[in-house]
Amino acid sequence: MEIINGRKRELSEQPLNASSVSRRNFLRFTGMAGASAALIITGCGKTDNGEGEMGNSGVNLGSSDVGILNYAYALEQLEAAFYTQVALTPYSGISAMEQQYLNEIRDHEIAHREFFKNALGTNAIPGLEVDFTSINFSSRDSVLATAKTFEDLGVSAYNGAGKLLTNPDYLLLAGKIVSVEARHAATIRDLISNGTFADNTVIDANGLDKSRSPMEVLQAAATYIKTKINASNLPTD
Amino acid sequence: MNLHNIIDQFEKVDPEVYDRLDGRRAALKKFSSFAGKVALAAVPMAMGSMFKKAYGQSVTSILDVLNYALTLEYLEAEYYTMGAAAAGLVPAGDAAGAIATIRDHEVAHVNFLKTAIQGAGGTPVAKPNFDFTAKGAFADVFSNYDTFLAVAQAFEDTGVRAYKGQAAKLISNNDVLTAALNIHSVEARHAAHIRSMRRARGADVKPWITNNDLGGLPPATAPIYAGEENVTQAGVAITSINGLDISTSDASEAFDEPLTEQQVLAIVTPFLA
Repeated sequence: MEIINGRKRELSEQPLNASSVSRRNFLRFTGMAGASAALIITGCGKTDNGEGEMGNSGVNLGSSDVGILNYAYALEQLEAAFYTQVALTPYSGISAMEQQYLNEIRDHEIAHREFFKNALGTNAIPGLEVDFTSINFSSRDSVLATAKTFEDLGVSAYNGAGKLLTNPDYLLLAGKIVSVEARHAATIRDLISNGTFADNTVIDANGLDKSRSPMEVLQAAATYIKTKINASNLPTD
Repeated sequence: MNLHNIIDQFEKVDPEVYDRLDGRRAALKKFSSFAGKVALAAVPMAMGSMFKKAYGQSVTSILDVLNYALTLEYLEAEYYTMGAAAAGLVPAGDAAGAIATIRDHEVAHVNFLKTAIQGAGGTPVAKPNFDFTAKGAFADVFSNYDTFLAVAQAFEDTGVRAYKGQAAKLISNNDVLTAALNIHSVEARHAAHIRSMRRARGADVKPWITNNDLGGLPPATAPIYAGEENVTQAGVAITSINGLDISTSDASEAFDEPLTEQQVLAIVTPFLA
């Protein structure tokens, strides 16, 4: 099937160093060593592209600021993979402006993803495996509805994560990204229905956008992420 | 790791460190229990958050930020209120609907910030008198729809950058920080829509900011976009990152940049009567 092939092709093209370092990273990350490492190794399968796939414990995002940055990295991986697929298999009837915007959004999300990967260095989680089987990439409605979900979710995720960061430099970086996600969200919403860029499904009576906790966000994103994510060490306050 | 030594070092720099931390004993106890719960590698971070508490922003400085934000919201709220009320300015239909939506948000932000300031024991600043022609630079702002949208874009993009520039000052207060972030992303949604409205009328502009491009605004608005051309984030070069096809334009668009209060006041001052 074309779409699935397209997705696989895209994933293998991602310059992820996950295949070489993911398991070692994971072990370092969870602070496990020696005997307990064997347990983790048995819990790890291999996917067809060679990435370590974690067992029940899942990919651990880690704790404190690093955990929040990995959380953002996970979401950016999801968004970048989605728009990469959209660009590979444009929906029928796509307009020139829509194609331009969706391509540019893809590039922004790739920039975000790669930024987090490089900034996290050896603390970065591996590349995640996505599950886009619920999306009909040939349908404008399906693609834009999914884009809207991802962008609104992303905005609320960054808004909710701000208070969980302790380093002001990271907070500023989250701020630099969230307003771009909000520009995307508004644009996608207007493509679906002009004038819905900030309607009352996202903005409350005080004129405030939404914030969501990592747990809420990851639950909403779970449909689209095959890799199990362990967010249990993230700060909650 | 010798905690006593670390605390001693801080004492040399700041003799009042114990007062800030409720005494040396309490500080050590608190730090020890904190350190016990986290991995050793995370200790510097834990210290950062403990000292953030000791040296965190005072209520006064948080009130200063809120009053600064209130001033910007007064500007926007009055601008859209006057624009929406100006006969024959905004076309009926989608355009009028969008301007009304934005106006309502800005008015809500004014009220929200006033309430927040009063709730924290402060006094909201009074609304300044505005001159939306900016001393004649935008003489037809309420009679020419394109000028009206251009100034709206200027205000929205400035607002996004202004809130971003204050976030770090609010890091010690979760509630205020989150509220500010929740306003910040709304301003970015507005900015994207206003820019799309201008594009629909022929302006060479996109919902996001490319380099320090003014998007067809007059040269006097250059300070609004100064610095947006940044393509290095936390020491990471974004252009062609990891060998990928990310252009300089993509790299600049992907990250919005902050403005300091001083920069914002310089931008806004011409609009004060």
